[in-house]
Amino acid sequence: MGSEEIRIKMAEYHVTKPPHVLVTLGLGSCIGLALYDKYSKVSGLIHYMLPESNGKENTAKYADTGIPFLIEEMIKLGAKKRNLVAKIVGGAKMFSFGDENSVMNIGQRNAKAAKKILKEEGIRILAEDTGADFGRTMRFYTDTGEIKVTSYKRDELII
Amino acid sequence: MTDDFRLDTIQEDALKEVGNIGAGNAATAFSEVLDRKIEIDVPSVQIIPLEDVSTITGSEEDHVAGVLFNVTGQAPGNILFIFPSESIKYLVKVVMDKDIEPDNMGEIEVSLLKELGNILSGSYLKSIGDMTQINMIQSIPGFSYDMAGAILSSTMISASKTGDNVLLIETEFMDGERKIEGYFFFIPQLESLKTILNSLGFDNNG
Repeated sequence: MGSEEIRIKMAEYHVTKPPHVLVTLGLGSCIGLALYDKYSKVSGLIHYMLPESNGKENTAKYADTGIPFLIEEMIKLGAKKRNLVAKIVGGAKMFSFGDENSVMNIGQRNAKAAKKILKEEGIRILAEDTGADFGRTMRFYTDTGEIKVTSYKRDELII
Repeated sequence: MTDDFRLDTIQEDALKEVGNIGAGNAATAFSEVLDRKIEIDVPSVQIIPLEDVSTITGSEEDHVAGVLFNVTGQAPGNILFIFPSESIKYLVKVVMDKDIEPDNMGEIEVSLLKELGNILSGSYLKSIGDMTQINMIQSIPGFSYDMAGAILSSTMISASKTGDNVLLIETEFMDGERKIEGYFFFIPQLESLKTILNSLGFDNNG
């Protein structure tokens, strides 16, 4: 191994090349969205919290501002937009109260936002592990493009 | 990005006092259930950015139990308890005389934690209600045993109407030997905060 792990906290993003591993810990309703150019191996990960910025400025916090920004940053580092593919993780609903109409469903809205924006950008989603009712930690291995998802309630998953 | 609401020192002290009275009664109820003395810290009142909530009880990946209530009525909001893994072990030992690993908790242990949450949040809201004459009703408990970061971030993001900050009235519970520690968060909505402050005689224009 020997590759350095880079932590991406809520409302943060990071763009890099191998051998780094991009990590987000304890995703709940947030989304960890990974973009990968398999030729240049330029890799990006954003940990956004909400679907819409509504004119606010904290770029990496929202899907609608954060995803296009991440794409731009990757292009600056040498990625080609047409080579980019995406994987999305998170968007859970941690609590249930029996009546399912509550404000608690930000997770679903977050996952939906990713799909909508990626479609607009013409970027294919290779894999996703979203929804359900548990937290996830993701490790994005930039040398292979693989993502390891670990959670307490389920076995480890490689996507 | 800022909220249009700030607290001055006097308002902050008033909310601390509200939290103190609520938590004091909750601690008494807790002590009765456990038949041992449970103490509380002086509550803290904080407006914190949502980006920072994942680690307020420790590491993001710590396994904790979260018991969440929706509060409705005149001052809506949420109440969240966080019981760290070690506390769960000890609580189950004290109440049920059983040794368990929290990672393998069964339905009965989950019910115990929910019920403890219920009792604590009930007495908390009742004492705040008595003090302010504001009617608040708690939902049934929602439960999750998972990574602290996932529980805290999801709860606070949902609770924050502005999407920027969240106001937390936080209290820590502990027994004398600090074998039982729990975090109690009262998260009033912005409008509720005004309602609570108004009821205490603070005229706030936002």
